[in-house]
Amino acid sequence: MGKTFNVEAHHLVPKHTKLSDAETKKLFEKYNITSKELPKILDTDPVIESLGAKAGDVIKVNRASETAGETVYYREVVDE
Amino acid sequence: MVEVHKKIDGIVFRIFSPKQTVDSAAVKIITPELYDKEGYPVDGGLIDTRLGVIDPGLRCKTCGGKLKECSGHFGYIELARPIVHIKFVKQILDLLRSTCKFCNRILIPEEHIGKYVSMLQKVGDEEGFEARRKKIKTIVNKYKLKEKCPHCDKKQGKIKIEKPYSFYEDDVRLSPIEVRVRLEKIEDDDLEIFGFNPAMLRPEWMILTVLTIPPVTMRPSITLESGERSEDDLTHKLGDVVRINQRLFENINAGAPEVIIEDLWDLLQYHVTTYFDNEISQIPPARHRGGQILKTLTNRIKSKEGRIRHNLAGKRTNFSARTVISPDPMLSVNEVGVPMKMATNLTVPKRVTEWNIVYLKKFVENGPKKYPGANYIIRPDGKRKAITDETKEEILEEFDTGFVVERHLMDGDIALFNRQPSLHRMSMMCHKIKVLPGKTLRLNPLVCAPYNADFDGDEMNLHIPQTEEARAEAEILMLVQTQIISPRYGLSIVGCIQDAITGNFLITGEESIPREEAIDLLYLAGVDDFSKLPDKKIISGRELFSVLLPKDFNFTGKDKSGDAVKIVNGELKSGLMDKANLGQESGLMLRNIYEQYGPEFTADLLGKISKLGINTLLKKGFSVGIGDVDLMAETKKEIENVVVVAEEKIDALIKESKEGTLELLPGLNMQETLELRIMEVLNNIRNEAGDIAMKEAKESGVLTMAKSGARGNILNISQMTAVVGQQSLRGKRIEKGFKGRTLSYFKRGDLSSGARGFIKNNFKSGLLPHEFFFGAMLGRDSLMDTALRTPKSGYLYRRLSNAMQDLKVEYDSTVREANKKIVQFSFGEDGLDVSKTEGGVINVKKIIEKVK
Repeated sequence: MGKTFNVEAHHLVPKHTKLSDAETKKLFEKYNITSKELPKILDTDPVIESLGAKAGDVIKVNRASETAGETVYYREVVDE
Repeated sequence: MVEVHKKIDGIVFRIFSPKQTVDSAAVKIITPELYDKEGYPVDGGLIDTRLGVIDPGLRCKTCGGKLKECSGHFGYIELARPIVHIKFVKQILDLLRSTCKFCNRILIPEEHIGKYVSMLQKVGDEEGFEARRKKIKTIVNKYKLKEKCPHCDKKQGKIKIEKPYSFYEDDVRLSPIEVRVRLEKIEDDDLEIFGFNPAMLRPEWMILTVLTIPPVTMRPSITLESGERSEDDLTHKLGDVVRINQRLFENINAGAPEVIIEDLWDLLQYHVTTYFDNEISQIPPARHRGGQILKTLTNRIKSKEGRIRHNLAGKRTNFSARTVISPDPMLSVNEVGVPMKMATNLTVPKRVTEWNIVYLKKFVENGPKKYPGANYIIRPDGKRKAITDETKEEILEEFDTGFVVERHLMDGDIALFNRQPSLHRMSMMCHKIKVLPGKTLRLNPLVCAPYNADFDGDEMNLHIPQTEEARAEAEILMLVQTQIISPRYGLSIVGCIQDAITGNFLITGEESIPREEAIDLLYLAGVDDFSKLPDKKIISGRELFSVLLPKDFNFTGKDKSGDAVKIVNGELKSGLMDKANLGQESGLMLRNIYEQYGPEFTADLLGKISKLGINTLLKKGFSVGIGDVDLMAETKKEIENVVVVAEEKIDALIKESKEGTLELLPGLNMQETLELRIMEVLNNIRNEAGDIAMKEAKESGVLTMAKSGARGNILNISQMTAVVGQQSLRGKRIEKGFKGRTLSYFKRGDLSSGARGFIKNNFKSGLLPHEFFFGAMLGRDSLMDTALRTPKSGYLYRRLSNAMQDLKVEYDSTVREANKKIVQFSFGEDGLDVSKTEGGVINVKKIIEKVK
């Protein structure tokens, strides 16, 4: 096989980016939330493993949308 | 206001102890007799007056309250021998099996007990009550079949149960007394592993020594017309219990032989059991003398007709009505026609003030029978009084401000109109009442679509809001005109149908209409301002239609045939008005009018357009006949020829395949290739024949309907005039039926068109028997399909709507669930309200145009 498979490069996988602490804080302020209200994503998810994000991190997902062209979701990384 | 004495903080369910039973009881019941010779309730009987009152005028002997003030008091009977409570048999069995016969300890080794207790605690804290219960079950099941007690090392007997309530240990019957003794001896600490809270209850309470007697208020007796009293089923059952209990007491005291006592004990057990539950499978249900099964405690609570699903979860409402619906195109879409009978029965409360006292007094004077009248008045002290001929004068005398009059429904009152299944918000809309003669609820046929209603016997419900807030909310948010644009695709869901479309299609195609006729039509449509009509003797249909449109309305679109529809400054310049622009769920014209001129105008315009269409047909006349589907002899020949050519082609194909010269299509074998090629040829026949037939088609009612989109399409017409065509099941030609053939009428292996479901006749010439059969096969198939699919999709929808019912768009534009967790960061990912867009997209160009 040689090279390992890069999940992030796959065309069906939307773009995932880790938010910095400042960005996370800004996001929480914008929606007046804590991480509890965010949608979750497992830390065992291939993209998260590839990003190297840890539980508690917030991930920004740029997804293709049928209605809006592109849409942004935020998800919190959780373990188990 | 009612003063709050105690606030409920929580509810605990547990078992009543015998002591509690006795302490909370007002009476000890000692005799099965109900009444004495004078007909008064016996003291210590089952309807002792200390148990509460059920007759008006009497006072409760325990609390002194009157009929609705006293909710009743419990009593008890002392059972001569202990009785197994049928609802706890399972728990008793578990306890017996899992505890030692001799030392009564739980059959778990001492060293493991602590482990299990802490494990249960953990499961209970982390996963909740339900998970803890499951864990208990697995632990108990694991140990209950141990042969030796880990504490005293003695051999255990095998506990068996003979349903429903007899326990056996190694084939020796355990009497309830013995069972109770064992339960008594189980230590509190051991009980916790069974999930019992020993502070709350002891297991021996599951064997009854005293029986609670419910208050008479929950088992009221009724006086029949003959003056005879008829007792409730529960009272009957309790009578049996008390009677047998007394007999058992007497026999024990008299020192009767053990056999007799045993028999009576069993009988008592039966009666107590059926008192709790009369549907235990192993024992015969207790019956009335007539053979009717008694309804006892469990029956009252359980099942669809039980207290929970029927009375608590199933709510019913006053001020509502239901009957058959029928159409009335002369009503506005905002109106609902209400029969006079309903209007005099349903009421609206009106508060009397000094400004309306004279007006409202008239309603009271009219009373309940004369319309418009009133049925009830509510005095300032909250007393409701029915207005009758006797009470009318008295009421009129004291009638003053502050009273509330419940007056009959009148034109313009607000009502909610609903048809089940209520699948979307348009299933329940607000209408304004129009009182009409007749016995059905009337609605404008244009609003059939949102309700999914037709008039083949459909019934609908009507609700009358009773407060100003409710009425305002209904009128502003739910009135039909506010619901014209569907939130599903942003197009009008209320639109012209059938004859209204046909009529407008015809009138807009008309070139010359005498002015008088035009005015007549417009007036019938509800127009009374004719200034927009050109000052000419002869008026065109487009000019006539333009009168309805607002002067500054501009629109460009297409009609059904693809021609451009142009409206410039409120004048229809080109194109015909057909389904594409007037119809439901199609076209942007109605949507644009709604956007530009608002709901009220749109509703009004819709009414006028549909009335114009209907009256056009009325004046011109419109009918359909068999002649509409006639063809000339040459055309018929031509079509026949098409069929013959195709059949020859198919025969050639079959021959080729038999000889093996047929060229195979990629990925298919000979048979599949042949099928595909034949299907290809057959599908072309219908189109070709249809085209030929349409070429000759003359102006006819049928064609007009198809062209305007009112009803039917070109395919339907060609099936009537030319060829019905291939009947296919699941995309294939019909092959079901007999071995190697579809019907015994054909030869085996016949692959020709006719033998596999091709109908070469048309509906006018009539079908051959085998052709009719093929048609019927298809019809049956689609019937089965809908019959099976409807409940399935209904259930799917129910699950979806239940799962999503409390999702809500918050002020920060996020979609959140009840716990405020985010589901979507923007509604629909684009944050658009579809009903405010053009089919889900914003027309930026138009907005810029407007701003300029």
